[in-house]
This record gives sequence, structure tokens and C-alpha cells, in this order.
Amino acid sequence: MLEQGETGTRRIGKMFNRLRARGEKAFIPFIMAGDPDLETTVRIVPELERAGSHIVELGIPFSDPVADGPVIQRAGMRALRHAYALGDYLGAIADIRKVSDVPLMLFSYLNPVLQYGLERLAREARAAGADGALITDITPEEGAEYRDCMRRHDLDCIFLAAPTSGSERVRRIAECSTGFIYVVSRAGVTGARQELSGTVRPTVERVRAHTALPIAVGFGISAPEQVRSVWEIADGAVVGSALVAEMEKGGDAAGLPARVGAFCRWLAGTGA
Amino acid sequence: MPDSPITGPDQRGRYGAYGGRFVPETLVGPLEELEEAYREASADPGFRRELEGLLASYVGRPTPLTRARRLERLLGPGRVYLKREDLTHTGAHKINNAVGQALLARRMGKRRLIAETGAGQHGVATATVAALFGMECGIYMGTEDMRRQELNVFRMRLLGARVHPVDGGTRTLKDAINEAMRDWVTNVADTHYLLGSVLGAHPYPWIVRDFQSVIGREARAQVLAAEGRLPDLLIACVGGGSNAMGLFYDFLGDPGVRMVGVEAGGRGTALGEHAARFSGGRLGVLQGTYSYVLQDDNGQIAATHSVSAGLDYASVGPEHACLHDSGRVTYTSVTDELALEAFQLLARQEGIIPALESAHAVAELVRMAPGLGKDSLVVLNLSGRGDKDVAQVARILEDRSGEGGTDA
Repeated sequence: MLEQGETGTRRIGKMFNRLRARGEKAFIPFIMAGDPDLETTVRIVPELERAGSHIVELGIPFSDPVADGPVIQRAGMRALRHAYALGDYLGAIADIRKVSDVPLMLFSYLNPVLQYGLERLAREARAAGADGALITDITPEEGAEYRDCMRRHDLDCIFLAAPTSGSERVRRIAECSTGFIYVVSRAGVTGARQELSGTVRPTVERVRAHTALPIAVGFGISAPEQVRSVWEIADGAVVGSALVAEMEKGGDAAGLPARVGAFCRWLAGTGA
Repeated sequence: MPDSPITGPDQRGRYGAYGGRFVPETLVGPLEELEEAYREASADPGFRRELEGLLASYVGRPTPLTRARRLERLLGPGRVYLKREDLTHTGAHKINNAVGQALLARRMGKRRLIAETGAGQHGVATATVAALFGMECGIYMGTEDMRRQELNVFRMRLLGARVHPVDGGTRTLKDAINEAMRDWVTNVADTHYLLGSVLGAHPYPWIVRDFQSVIGREARAQVLAAEGRLPDLLIACVGGGSNAMGLFYDFLGDPGVRMVGVEAGGRGTALGEHAARFSGGRLGVLQGTYSYVLQDDNGQIAATHSVSAGLDYASVGPEHACLHDSGRVTYTSVTDELALEAFQLLARQEGIIPALESAHAVAELVRMAPGLGKDSLVVLNLSGRGDKDVAQVARILEDRSGEGGTDA
């Protein structure tokens, strides 16, 4: 249920504040919107919330996702087969908002957003009930207009910080980010890994030195122990490919939301 | 190194509105490092000496400027000169940039080179310089292109490179670039991504143009020596656009020199049937740079088609986008059909089998010829030789004669 006064105002920051006050950390799943179709996406997100997710990242597919590994590439291809317009994805967000108050952020690439129009996207995403976005191939240097549009419509701009981002870049990233900062756990594309990279801690520490914003870590996190390890050093853990791979296993479409929910409970340790 | 007075790049890697650096954060640091390393290297006389030495002793530069007398007689314009990049070691202009970037990579302490390739010429050039410098080499190539360019796949393997087949998307150059970027983002500590055209994020379009600009520098001196004046017209094919930028760059400040870039017109004007970005594309971002892009209404990148794998790409170098908008260069397109005719024409008239890419430039010359005056002086960039295309063209021509029922 939507609480009055909370609509349209920085759900992401409030979520982290609440967690911080309780001494808890955020569990942030990623799913590709439209995989296998938008109707299912609308049913999955509330299930993710019930399973203990604090923020949900919704991928908006792009034909040439250079930051993504094979699992998320395939999910994008499945979604692209429907030839949904960006407006269809925003429509799904509006549908999700009728039943769920979980903070939602878009995760995409610049070109589809550019063709839709940055201002139009920000306005309509806000109206649909989205809370922020991470556009993988927009960096702070290239993002001035994008940030203006997002700020105008009270949406959070999440930027990536990587192991290859030096101190000066991290400072700029921190300056330009709102909501939280997304630390890339290792140099590479998205995709499950057995071990948490040794580069996570130094990168998180470098970011911490420049910001009071919450820090979430993603790329390669695929097991409950990894989620726990991330929680020890950061404020949130993002799980993408492992979850998408679970969805990819198939089975009946009707039972998919429940299966995804169960997988999230296992990852987040919120019980079965 | 002086930037072009006309186009750039500026501090942000822009050519007018185009270019820039649109990449995931992990690549920004490495791109900044590359920019800095290139700035230092290009100001270092030792680096330039070594590059020039290799271009002379290994690549075989300067390449000749050959007058095409029988073609002139047939077409009836003024004089036509071919800049013979087909005569370089490995058979195309791609080696100019590969040698330069390999030197740069070695200077940066990288031990591994990776590259994308469409027609296979850039892959062969990269595999060649990797062998020369004793570096590990991985080449990404779409499976559709591997089918079209079997010979080059074998050459790369012979040279010690690992060829990684790319089965995603349209299985062509664009998808090979995606995979090369994913490799680079993962192995960036010890790997240099040797990008093969004036594409991608800053500083690549700048570095590649600089290394290719030797083509125009030589051509300018050669045509002045032969004719005592500058040419009226330059013609080059444009995929990503590196051979064209290489030829055009030194002439940009000469208002009397017209320039034509030739894109792949493929087999039709519908989206997906060609690679004519300037007539069918809209502004957008693909693989790190802002330029003209063939795409659908939702901003998804369109499939492209060309008989020539090297021109089969959905976007075009940002400096070309700038030169297009300013009107300094005119861009046209030539169909598969006309390129195939030109391929055979140049073979018969001049004893030179051009790459299918370069055959697009020849076809444009054929089309323009009736409108050119008797005193006109043309330089056409013969960017590569056609050995790699012979098997494919043979198949196409056989299929055709089969359809006609005359040869079956």
C-alpha cells in the first residue's frame, strides 16, 4: 500500500535510512523487464518484495548490452522479441505501483533512452512510479543533461564505481550520484562467480572516503555467503545473473513468481 | 599533435556534437590511461621514429600512387590515381593502425592484444603485429563473417591468434565489437583493445585517424609530384571510416578538394537491407560514440546488410558525422550489385582485384565519371586487395549463372 506523503519522494533513500536505523542491509535483485513477458514481470516484482527485497532493479533491454554477460544478454533477447516500446515498460511499472511500494530503479543503456527522449523518460518514469535509474554507459562526464532531467523529476541518478575508478573519478561519481552508489565488484561483465572478488573491499573503501551515500555492490554475486560477505562491507548487495539464470530454467509460467520468490529468500536468508 | 582545425577532437573527444565516451565506468579509467599514453607517445620523437621505421621496413610504405590509364580511357573523366593500400603487408590499410597501436600497447606494458574484425583484414593485421611483437592475440569475429571470409580466419590462426566466433545478435562486426569490449572490460589490466576503425569511445577515433593519416600525407606529396597540383576529388569507401579518414585528413584544409565517402547500399533501402547510415540512420549512441546509427523506433540497433563484411556496420565514425553535417564531405552509397560490377571491372581494366569494400569506391567513380570534366584529377583509395573476397564472389557469380540457366 502506498503511504501518503511517500509517493514521488525518494523511496530509495528512505529505504536505506530505515535499514540503517535497524542495523540491516539491503537485498537488491535485478530482473529483466519483459522476460519472459511484461505481464509476468508485473507479477514477479511484488513477490520479490514479499521475499525480502528492499529495492528492485528492472532491466530495460538493449540490443547491444556491452556491460552484460551471456545470462543477462539472453534475458534481454527474450524481452526484445516482444518489441515492447519504452512506454510499455513504464506502463508495467505503473501496474506494479498499484500493488507494491518497493523502490524501483531502471537499469538500461543510453540509446533506447535517448530515442525516447531524456526529459520525456524522466517525466513519465516519475509519473509511473519509478524512483531512479542507472544507465550503464552514461558516466558523470557525459551525463549533465541526463542528470538535469532526472533531478527535475525527483528521480535518483545511480552511477557505477569500478575497481578501475581512481580517487579523482570516485570523487566525481560521488558528487553526481543520488540514492546510492553502485560498486562494480570486479573488472568484467555481469554474471555469476564462485568467489567474491578481492577488489571489492578496496573499491568500497575508496568510495566510502568520498561519500555518505549508501553503497551497494553488484556483478558476480550469486550465493547467500557472497550476499553476507558484501553486507559486511557495504550497505546492499545486488543479485542479477544468478536470479535471471534461475528464471531461465523454465517450468510453468504461472509458478514462476513463487519460484523466483523462493530463490530470493534463499539468497537473502529471509527463510523459506 | 595538432588537432584538425575543422573537426577536432576537443577535450571531451567530440567532433562537433559527435563522439564522446559512452562506456561502462570500468572502461573510463583505461580509456583515460590510453589517451594519456597516446599523447605522450605522439610527442615522443623516439616513438615516431620507430613507427616510421616499421611502416617503411615491415608494412612497405610508402605505397604507390598508380595511374589507372585504361580505366580513364573507358570512363572518360580526367586523370585517376589509385592509392595502393592493397600493396601493404597483409593487403589492406588496417596494418597502418595495427602497427601504431601495437607499439603503443607495448609502451603501456600490455602483453595481450585483442581486436574485432569484420572482413578479417583488421584481425589479420592485429594477429600479424601480435606475432611481430611476441604478444598474445585474441580476435572476435561474427560467425556470419567467418563464413564469408574463411581465408582470413585461417590466416589469423596461422599467425598464432585465437579466433573467437561470435554467435550473438547479427553475427557480424557489431557483435564482434561487443564481445571484444566485454573481453577488454574483464582483462583490462594486461590487455590492449586494438580497435580497428575510427569508431568507439574517445580516444579511439582520434588515435586511429592519426595512424591512418599517413595515407593522405603520402597521397598529397605523390600527387603533387606527379601532377604539380592538388586533386579535385577524393573517393573512399566508408564502413567505420578509417581508410577514408586516413585519405581525407590531410586535405581537409584545402577547399578545392572535393571528397566523397561511399557507404554500403546493400540490396535495398529498407532498414536491415543496407549500411547507409547517413541516409537511413538517426543520431544515437552505439559502442561508445555518438553518431548516425541505423536503429528502430525503440532505439534498438538494426541489422545491416552488405556484400562487403567490412562495410556492414550500423554506425559510422563520429568525425565522419561531423564532416557530413558541415558539408565538407559528401556521402553516397553503392549497392552490392554495382560493387560487384566494379570489382570485376577493375580486375579486367587494371589488373588489380580490389577488396569488395574498395570496389564500392570504384563503383562511385564509375557513377560520377560522366559528370567529371576532362581536366579533373581524382585520387581513389584502394583500401585493400580482393584476394579475401575471391571465393565469395565466385560463389555469387556461380549462383547467378545457375539462375540464368546458361551454365548449369
